[in-house]
Amino acid sequence: MSRDSNSRRWPVIVSLIIGLMLTLMPLPTVIDAFRPDWFALLVIFWAMKLPRTWSVGTAWILGIILDVSQGTLLGQHALALCVVAFATVRFHLLMRVFPLPQLTATVFAILTLYQFLLFWVNGVAAIDAPAITYWGPVLSGTILWPLVMVFLSGVRYGTRAGN
Amino acid sequence: MVASRESTNNPGRIPALGFRVLGLVFISILLMYFDNRDNHLDTVRKSIGAAVYPILVVVDAPVRLWNWLGNSTTSRANLEMELSRLKSERLLTNARLQKLNALEAENTRLRSMLDARSRVRDQVRVAEIMSVDANPFDHSLVIDIGTQDGVFDGQALVGADGVVGQVIKAGLITSQAMLISDTDHALPVEVNRNGLRTIVVGTGSIDSLELPFIVNNADIRVGDLLVTSGLGGAFPPGYPVATVKTVTRIPHEPYADVTAKPAAPLGQVREVMLIFSSAVAVPEVTVDE
Repeated sequence: MSRDSNSRRWPVIVSLIIGLMLTLMPLPTVIDAFRPDWFALLVIFWAMKLPRTWSVGTAWILGIILDVSQGTLLGQHALALCVVAFATVRFHLLMRVFPLPQLTATVFAILTLYQFLLFWVNGVAAIDAPAITYWGPVLSGTILWPLVMVFLSGVRYGTRAGN
Repeated sequence: MVASRESTNNPGRIPALGFRVLGLVFISILLMYFDNRDNHLDTVRKSIGAAVYPILVVVDAPVRLWNWLGNSTTSRANLEMELSRLKSERLLTNARLQKLNALEAENTRLRSMLDARSRVRDQVRVAEIMSVDANPFDHSLVIDIGTQDGVFDGQALVGADGVVGQVIKAGLITSQAMLISDTDHALPVEVNRNGLRTIVVGTGSIDSLELPFIVNNADIRVGDLLVTSGLGGAFPPGYPVATVKTVTRIPHEPYADVTAKPAAPLGQVREVMLIFSSAVAVPEVTVDE
């Protein structure tokens, strides 16, 4: 069992560290507006595949890390990621049997919800932000989802076969 | 084998999920409320920041490694070319510096004659940018030094070409800074050509600032250099901020529509200088219109 849970845990942790790298890496301004929400994508994937181990609590802690490292309102990303994890865990059985196009549409909806929560919190806290720019990460995240999905599934089965 | 266990283990419902989400959402809202209202959470943020610092270092490592690889594998020809370029540049800069020294000496002499306070040469410390906010309109960044190096809230951040921003939350090891292009940022400046004082406000766009309080008949032209006036107390005077990009005078409006381009390339800076001026000298002789 311990070897089993190890083989489940390592791919997640490594993918999260890489996700944080991609999130914090300095990029030119033009591309920066389209930087996907890597953490949201990872949380959706892992909460869908392993809803018992990686659920709302982990998502919340990841959100706090994001808030501190980016200097946003403490709890803003935590709240949004937590809700993303909840929506995914709630529908994970359904999402597992969805064909890829339908799953991608679902991910689009969840990413929109994520950005809407961030937008909402900014609005309530009176932080100035033009609404149109929120769509960049949603679009790029949706486009990248099939790749992320295929890649992470490959990694997951690869480590299992190795063990 | 694991796959079958995984699916049999999951009857579909995770117990108490709803309660956990409600609890976490409630905690998040409380955190955001206190963070936004009174900055009560500064110590909490600082301690979490200290805990997260190793992760940030790990995350930043590939970028550093890439830069280091790039530096250590440049070809000999490139290096020689660069060396000769730098040598000629140094000659030029030295010549200019001599002139500057002479001017500075003259300036101090004249100022002492005018009985004004002499301008203190500012002390600076170089900091590296660790991360930028992925949120495209929240123009803030995190730098790699904090209160243990003497950083304080409101400290000025200057790049090689001009003012970059100021520190808004000084942490123990890292600090958060706001760029001058942030919509919440305003900076007292003066036009270098004629001493016209005004305020530069961020627009949320990284390559544009606006000057909302220029009256229609004020003497301002495209290409004018704006420098810090030192009047707000946060920035020492005389650092370049921006150059005027457009001036649109609308006849029936009280204020002209003036935009400016930041002197520092705000989207490209990787190192900044933090200014520790022992005294922010406010020039006592000002030009009045």
